[in-house]
Amino acid sequence: MTVPTTAAGSVAARRTVMSKVGARLLSREAGVAATLILVVVFTTLQNPNFVFSPDGYRDLLLTPSILMLVAVGQAFVIITRNVDLSVGSIVGITAYLTGRLFIDIPGIPVLAVFLAGAIVGGALGLINGALVAVARVPALVITLGTLYIYRGLNVAWVGSDRINASDLPREFRSLGTDQILSIPVLTIVAVLVLIAAAWYLRNTRGGREFYAIGSDPDAADLYGLKVNRRIITAFVMSGALSGLAGVMFAARYGTVSSQAGTGWELQAIGAAVIGGVAISGGVGTVWGAAIGAFLLLTINRALPVIGIQDFWQRAVVGALIIGAIVLDRVLAVRQARKLREMRDTDND
Amino acid sequence: MFSRHTGRRGRLFGAAALTMAAGLVLAGCAGGETETPGDNGAAPAPDNGGDSNFSITFLPKNLGNPYFDTSNAGGAEAIAEFGGSFQEVGPTEASPTSQVSFIQTAAQQGVDALVVSANDPAAICDALDEARSVDVKVVTFDSDTNAECRDLFINQAEAEGIARVQVEMIADQIGGEGQIAILSAAANATNQNAWIELMQEELAANWPDIELVDVVYGDDDDQTSFDRTAALLQTYPELKGIVSPTTVGIAAAARYIQTSQFQGQVAVTGLGTPNQMREYVEDGTVGAFALWNPADLGYLAAYAAKALVEGTITGAEGDTFDAGRLGSYTVGANGTVLLGDPFVFNADNIADFNF
Repeated sequence: MTVPTTAAGSVAARRTVMSKVGARLLSREAGVAATLILVVVFTTLQNPNFVFSPDGYRDLLLTPSILMLVAVGQAFVIITRNVDLSVGSIVGITAYLTGRLFIDIPGIPVLAVFLAGAIVGGALGLINGALVAVARVPALVITLGTLYIYRGLNVAWVGSDRINASDLPREFRSLGTDQILSIPVLTIVAVLVLIAAAWYLRNTRGGREFYAIGSDPDAADLYGLKVNRRIITAFVMSGALSGLAGVMFAARYGTVSSQAGTGWELQAIGAAVIGGVAISGGVGTVWGAAIGAFLLLTINRALPVIGIQDFWQRAVVGALIIGAIVLDRVLAVRQARKLREMRDTDND
Repeated sequence: MFSRHTGRRGRLFGAAALTMAAGLVLAGCAGGETETPGDNGAAPAPDNGGDSNFSITFLPKNLGNPYFDTSNAGGAEAIAEFGGSFQEVGPTEASPTSQVSFIQTAAQQGVDALVVSANDPAAICDALDEARSVDVKVVTFDSDTNAECRDLFINQAEAEGIARVQVEMIADQIGGEGQIAILSAAANATNQNAWIELMQEELAANWPDIELVDVVYGDDDDQTSFDRTAALLQTYPELKGIVSPTTVGIAAAARYIQTSQFQGQVAVTGLGTPNQMREYVEDGTVGAFALWNPADLGYLAAYAAKALVEGTITGAEGDTFDAGRLGSYTVGANGTVLLGDPFVFNADNIADFNF
């Protein structure tokens, strides 16, 4: 799972170990998905409108889609044993950029705006990645800095302006709610990105190197992996997906002020952690992060529907994150013991 | 999560990166914080001839808020009329203590008057007291502090008037009966809580057939307000109207309902600005909404600050001062000056406004 196969050791035994570990990880995502289904079923029993009304069904799929993109990007970064705190500010900048593009360049194609969002987001991510990889400062510190810098630049740019719904062309805004075969467009975009990211991480050499770096950066370096390049790539991915999310934010909410996206970094990290992406790197999948985003926002929406007071909702989300981390720890300890036992029997 | 390279070189790089980051943050903030049309705002000259130099600093709840943009523009207009210098500073986030450092800075600069919209009635009191002790006149507008912390409060409209107008609008739009809900700002917002209390009294007294089923808080955040609106519609299928006494909330509620199955069935009203609401009024999602004119509010606050600095008034009840094009105003009880009644915007008049 973590280090590319070496000549030492029995290949067959390694296979069994790998598949057992894989199954355990899979079960983690399955567990989060089961929790999600439980939340949806329970809420729907309390209030059938939660799923069985046109709006309820649409919101169930639509609301988590934007955060899902940010969480997938965040998963890339966390897997390399880094963290990206600047994503909320990137969402804010690109959401405002979206509005500005439509105002300043009348008739600009919607696709061009999506591209611009992803490129600007990717460029901001490149700055993060370069600072982290080259300056060798912990990502926590670098991206905490860029969180404030990007937000400060955004406030300087936006000032007291604001994008209003009437500034955005109708066909763009309708993207925020349009459905194809009763699935919201934004959800389709998010899921396509998710599938591509999952395939890349799972099946390509480059993808596997993210895990190797996150498991043991020094070993990865010694082994000759291009650690810096991978880390920069992870931050660029995170930035570009946040940029895409910013464009979708504008389409969905129709209003963008200088505070758009505030606090999203914590939601994205929360989603990834709940979905089984270990904060210590090297473990987890983008599927988990995506399901985590779904669970987080669905709980956010479910709690008011079943009549739990606003004030308690955050506490519930916090408990969920702590619960996920405790679960991670327990699983990691058990897994380490299992691996030790297997190695011992292997050597006999 | 943490890089393992912590050699000397790494540390140096880290320090350099952090310093750079801090510098950029400061630069970014400064760009957004200070707008000084015309005059010099950073260091107001102590005197440039007689009493014609009033340096007045506006401190809104937060920057990036079109409402305060308009009110501060009104303040700037008034200050230009009487020949003072206008400065605008403020935090990017409307949190209780975020205004303190700006108050301290203004006091150190020795401005003549500070015009503040308070994020919290008590949290900035100490800072305001310090400023007043070095002879800075303090005028609050839009959102008051405790009365002993300021010289004057410019009230945009009486809470009773605001509550009554909102209840009348929603009653009118839902035909005087049915369930309604309130989508407010933060749970500890001074204004909104006072209005909500009065709206509840007004409903109980005059509209027995209207039931207020819930009060939810969108924290003046687009996304949160949006999701709260969705939850309200799902939780109360019989809901006929949503009242949102905050500009962010009403726009989010209108946007959600515009794209939902409830468009035309659930009325949205409350306090909003014409530019934000134009789209929704024109397509019929929103029938009418109210607000005072924030430009007039800032304008009146600036004239009140001038009168205090001149010494023509002290803030005592019964003091009278002139406020340019708005005419003459009298200080009421508790050092409060009332702007007037809220104004109702609808499809007929919205085209006349642009803020």
